Order: sequence, then structure tokens, then C-alpha cells
Amino acid sequence: MKDLPFAITLDVGSSRANRTGSWRVERPVYVDRLPPCTDACPAGEEVQQWLYRAETGDYRGAWERLIEINPFPAVMGRICYHPCETVCNRAQLDEAVGINGIERFLGDLALEQGWPLPSAHGDSGKRVLVVGAGPAGLSASYQLRRLGHHVGLVDSAPKLGGMMRYGIPAYRLPRPVLDAEIARIIDLGIDVDLGHAVLDVELERRVGHFDAVFVAIGAQLARRVEIPAGDSARVLDAITLLHRVNNDDPPLLGRRVAVYGGGDTALDAARTVRRLGATDAVIVYRRNRERMPAHGDELEQALGEGVTMRWLSSVTRFDPDHLVLEKMHLNEAGFPEPTGEFEALDVDSLILALGQETDLSLLESARDIQVEEGVIEVTPTLMTGEPGVFAGGDAVSEQRTATVAIGHGRRAARGIDAFLSGREPASPASREIASFEHLNTWYYADAPRQTRPELERARRASTFDEVVGAFAQTNALFEARRCLSCGNCFECDNCFGVCPDNAVIKLGPSQRYEIDYDFCKGCGMCVQECPCGAIEMIPEQI
Amino acid sequence: MRATGGRLVAVNATGCLEVFSTPSPESSWRVAWLHSLFANAPAVATGVAAAMKVKGHADVRVVAQAGDGGTVDIGFGCLSGMFERNDDVLFICYDNEAYMNTGVQRSGATPPAARTATTEAVGPEPGNVFGQGKNLPRIAMAHEIPYVATATVADLHDLEDKVQRAMEFRGARYLHILVPCPLGWGLDSKDTIRVARLAKETGLFPVFEAEHGQIRTVSHIRHQVPVEEYLSIQRRYAHLFREQPNKAVIARIQAIADRNIARYGLAPIPPHEDVSQGVNA
Repeated sequence: MKDLPFAITLDVGSSRANRTGSWRVERPVYVDRLPPCTDACPAGEEVQQWLYRAETGDYRGAWERLIEINPFPAVMGRICYHPCETVCNRAQLDEAVGINGIERFLGDLALEQGWPLPSAHGDSGKRVLVVGAGPAGLSASYQLRRLGHHVGLVDSAPKLGGMMRYGIPAYRLPRPVLDAEIARIIDLGIDVDLGHAVLDVELERRVGHFDAVFVAIGAQLARRVEIPAGDSARVLDAITLLHRVNNDDPPLLGRRVAVYGGGDTALDAARTVRRLGATDAVIVYRRNRERMPAHGDELEQALGEGVTMRWLSSVTRFDPDHLVLEKMHLNEAGFPEPTGEFEALDVDSLILALGQETDLSLLESARDIQVEEGVIEVTPTLMTGEPGVFAGGDAVSEQRTATVAIGHGRRAARGIDAFLSGREPASPASREIASFEHLNTWYYADAPRQTRPELERARRASTFDEVVGAFAQTNALFEARRCLSCGNCFECDNCFGVCPDNAVIKLGPSQRYEIDYDFCKGCGMCVQECPCGAIEMIPEQI
Repeated sequence: MRATGGRLVAVNATGCLEVFSTPSPESSWRVAWLHSLFANAPAVATGVAAAMKVKGHADVRVVAQAGDGGTVDIGFGCLSGMFERNDDVLFICYDNEAYMNTGVQRSGATPPAARTATTEAVGPEPGNVFGQGKNLPRIAMAHEIPYVATATVADLHDLEDKVQRAMEFRGARYLHILVPCPLGWGLDSKDTIRVARLAKETGLFPVFEAEHGQIRTVSHIRHQVPVEEYLSIQRRYAHLFREQPNKAVIARIQAIADRNIARYGLAPIPPHEDVSQGVNA
């Protein structure tokens, strides 16, 4: 003690001398956990990251972040089945964030404002052949071009887009939107060769001096079953129907049409048939609603348009003027079994929507490519057994959606880039998923989901106008702000506010925080009160 | 401090706030700060306010602070006098519901059934007795002083707003803050904020503002929960949750919460039809 007179005001020392950090047995650490939406996105979008930018009204920034991964936000904002929303943590609080609608809003805004895609980065001098100009081929072309490679894109069809153009009806995806997003990719400087059917991949590669090939030929062949039918019976497959309608050459089907199958294509076909003027569009499916592979939203919309369902029925034969259906029942394993009971269904024509297959004849000369049950075998980077030949999209996938295809395109582009430069392909570090249990949802305001307007049903049955409308700017912003930012700090200042030791240091806007371990006692309050689960406690090494 | 622009004198009664903030010869207070005795913080603050007035420092504001013991028991006489004279002081009570730093002894603010070192969980009515206790926010309101408010550490923005608001008044003001004590309540430190939030959401701790004896605003309950949820995470109530939960006692505590909800109008506001305006604003 200092030698001072009695009862005098002391010069005080600072209590910072008391380093309470030495009491600690656990320390809080800031982490970036993987949000479930990002984990679930087949295209690989970092959903939470672009939503975070959209929340502040920085739509350009959000869009730029989005198109790093996916050059088709306006298309995906319409046709994606949004697995991100299915796993959204907010669904456990009130309702999932309307991610798909915000994506569409950003995509449309970019088209309206004419925002360009980032241009090619240098010139690698390498040439890549992309076979098939559907979502996989276009996505790969975009990513490869940005990496500086020369891209030759070929397709047997007269127009670009693959199944996005020839499979998806216009009421789900208006063609001007598709055309605009494709044109933006082609404008990066991609050589396009349409109406060119590739018959032999090896030959094309050699003749065109291509260093690598991406085969993204889709699944264009309709799977058929043998259905005895008279000469006059009108039987058509759904792929052909959709293709012809999208080519302005709709077939004559009559007033009563049955569609056989339970996938999304069956629904597309039935809804298209209604728009072509059929009074009855009946879907015949062997199982029940729970076991239907089609997506729920699509089914609801189809039913709303007057499409009817014949569950647990299989088509036995097509007699003049009517189908003979056999009733089915599901066994314990959920498989449909015949019951021996038959009934008639009066129809003029039958559409088969029983799945699709890939025509792989162009790979016959490449002996090292393995094909298993009609699906090309590939490595995680989508390379086939033949070095430099990659494959993706519907031709290699069980989940045949445009979103999966876009993801494949990007994955293949990275694989091809690594192959061309002789590098090992980088594998992304795995991160812990930010599950609902990591969140402290108290801090989020109650906010129900915004809905997108839908075209009145009366008008839907007669036109190919787009059914689902867009978010207005205010709705899109509101919806973006409903994002919980799972696992990723959004600088709410909770940790800074609750720390009893003032040991959380603010580093400034978008710089987040730092913990002063000289004074952090490890009480864990910041972890407990972090709304989004972006802090974790780890034991101290003692 | 922000509310006064740093022009502030703080007077402190004995309490754990002093134990951790001013272990002599160190202090974390970077303003003029006085300690005198356990009982006389309100009177010392009155004196400081008078001195500032005499010296013409109208801009210097005076804050006095104490724990619940220093406020509702030991300093109560001085505080009531300060209220009655309407001295220009903001008095802040940090309420952790017992004498915690001396070893968890019961205070006039200790709630019924809570176990402390002096109200052990034994006998036919274990823990603290059911009585009126001393509800100091209501006592302060009865003095009809300009401003009385309550807050918890679970809502820091609300707390900041109330300090700010308090500084808009001259005369005696009283702010009562619920500050859970992890040790005395038998909690994990990390649950401190959570338990304070539950105190409000059960209705056991009403959060409100009053001016001149009249309630002006209340913080409504957002997701109402039964008192069990609040009690069961605190070891001071562990005796209520042995093999057989002590339903009778829990029901009496629930009745206190229900009475608060009715008395202060704390019931949740039904969700508004159109919330888009509020969130977008």
C-alpha cells in the first residue's frame, strides 16, 4: 500500500488490471455454420448469403452473389421446386422464407435493369465442347467461359434451352424470360452450334481439337410401356406433347384426355391439355397421393385448374373410345398390386408420362465410359471413365430437375478447369449445419409469409399466361428480412450487449466482432443469446 | 452515461455492484463516483444534487444506485425521504432478489418460496414466506414522483430507452431493474438473460413505465408461458420439483403472475392482420 494520509481521496487504478479471462474453462468462438437452405440447394447457391444482401435493399449485390453460382435466377425463381424452403428453419417458427419468390424478384429486376454477367477472366487457350444446351450445358458454359476457356456449345434442337424450352410449359416459364437469361450467357462469347446432333463424342472432340467435353444431353426419350390399343386409339408421350406445344404445333387430342403417370411431367401434360381445350384432363396413377413423386404445389395448381385424378389405377388397354383401368391396392411395402377389378374411362386420347431415358449412342466409341442401367457413371467432379469427358444433368441424375442440372454444370466446370490445369479438384470444407436448435428465435419478430398473386383459375384453363405472379418490391424486401440468417452473424449486437465483462469488441460495420480473451470469463451468455447460432463454446486447453 | 453526455455523478450504496466494479484501489467507473454507507445512498445523492444546484451545474445529473437490499430494506427510509422531497436524482435499483454477495440472505424483495440461506427449503412451507414483500416500484408510484419504470437485463434497448426517458424529467425518478444472480438463483451463467426474459413472459415481473403515479406504458407479454418454466430452471426453487411437483405452491405463484397480468394489462396483443408496415418501417 502507498503511504498516504488517512481519509484522503485515492487516485484510482483501473479495474482492467483484473484479468477475469483467467477464470475461463470454455471459450466462445465465432463460427459460420452452414445454413440448411444452402446445404439443400441442388444448384449450390449460397442462399443465406444473397438473402443477407437483399435484406438491406442491396438488390444488385444480392443478385451478383446469386449469379456467382447460378446464372438463371429469373428462370429458377419460377420453376425450381425450392428444396431450400422445405428445410428452412423459419418453417419451425411460422412459415418458411419465400426464397423462390425473392430469387425471381432479383432475376426479373436484373433483366429489367440490364445488369450484365461478369465477363470472362483472361484466356486459358483451352477449348471445351459442351454437348447439350439445356440448364446443365448452359450453366457449365457460363462457368467455363468465366474461367477463361473457349466454349463450343452444340445442340440438336433449333433453339437453346433444352427441357427449359421444350419441356416446361410457358405458363410456368414465359419464354421472353428464358430467352433473356440465355442471351446474357451467350453474350459472354460462347460459340453456339444449333441443329447439330452429336453422333460420336470422341470424333467431335478430335475434329474440333477440344481439350475436354461436357456431355449434358438430358433425358429426351420417353419411357414406354406396352398398352394394347386399337388402330384408331390416340396415344402420345408427354415429352412429345410438350415439345410440340412449345414449338407452336399442338397435336389434336380431343375433348377427353387421360395422362398416365404421377410425376411433374404428368402434371405439366395435364395442365397443358386443359389449356389446349380439353374439357376432361384425368391423371391416372397407380399409387396414391402420398406416394406421388410430383411436387405438392404443382398438384394443387393442377387440381385448381380442373385436372382430376384417378388414384390407384393402372391402364390395361385402350379400347375404341375408352380406357380399361384396373384398380390397384398398395401392399405393405407401398407397391401397387392388381386387384382384378376393372373399370372403363371414356377418353379420346392417352398421354404417357412414365419417365424418360437418355440416348447414349454418342458415347459408344468411348470405351472407358461406364453406363449402369442407362445412367452414366461419374466421379464426384462428374468426370466419366474417359479422361477429359465429363457428364451431368438428367443423363447422370436420378433427381431430374433443372436445379440439379445447373448444379451439375457448375460442378463439371470446376472439374474440367482442374483437369485442364492439371490440378486436383478442390473439395469444399464441410461445415456443421445450423439447425433449429442452434437458434435463439426469441429475437426474431413474428412475421408471416407473404404470398405471391396467382392468375384467376377461370383464366388459367384457356391461356398459357404465367400462373404465379411476382413479388412487388416491398413484399420481396419483407420476405428477405424474414431470413433468420442461420449460422451466420448478421451483426445484431446481442453478444456485444449481453457480455457482462465488456469483452466483446465491435470491429465496425460488416467487420463483425472479436472477443477479448483477457476478460472473457466464458460464461456462455453470448452463445445462448446469439439469435442465429454463430458462436460456439469450445473447451479451453488446460 | 450517454443519456447525460458524461455529465454525471454516481452515488453507490454497498452491494455487489461495488464489489466487482470498485475493488479498492481500482475502479471501473470513469465518472465522479461516491461511496458512503449501505443505508444512506439516497441521502448522499440528495446532497450531491443540492451541491450541484448551489454551484450552478444544472447540466450535471445525479444517479444513485443500490441492490435490492440497499433499496427496499436498509436504504428504504432515506429513499422514501428522497422521493417525498422530490430531489433531482435518478435512483436505480438492481434487483437480484436477495443479499447475494454476503451469501444469499433473504431481502424484502425475495419472492415467495425461494430458498435462501435464511429461508431454507425445510418444513411445511419451504423457502421464503408468502407475504406482501416490498414491491418498491408500487411504493415509488405511491409517492407520485415524476417517473417510475421497471426493466430487465433481457431487453437492453428497452433499458436504454428508459434511462434516456428518465433524464428528460427533473425531480425524483426511480428505475427498478431485474438482474438475475446466477449463483444465488442456482442458474448456469449462460441462462441469466433467458431467466430474466421468462420473468417477464410469465407475468411475474411486470415491465412498465409510470408518470406521477399513473401507469403510462406496459411491455406486453409476447409468448406467455406458465410459471413452471421460469421456476424449474432455478435451483432456488428445486424443492418445488422433487419427485412430486408441489402443485399447490406453484399454483400460488401462478396466481401472483395472473394478478400482475390483470393489474398491469400485460396480456399478449393479438397478432395484427397486416404486419408488413411494422417490419418494413
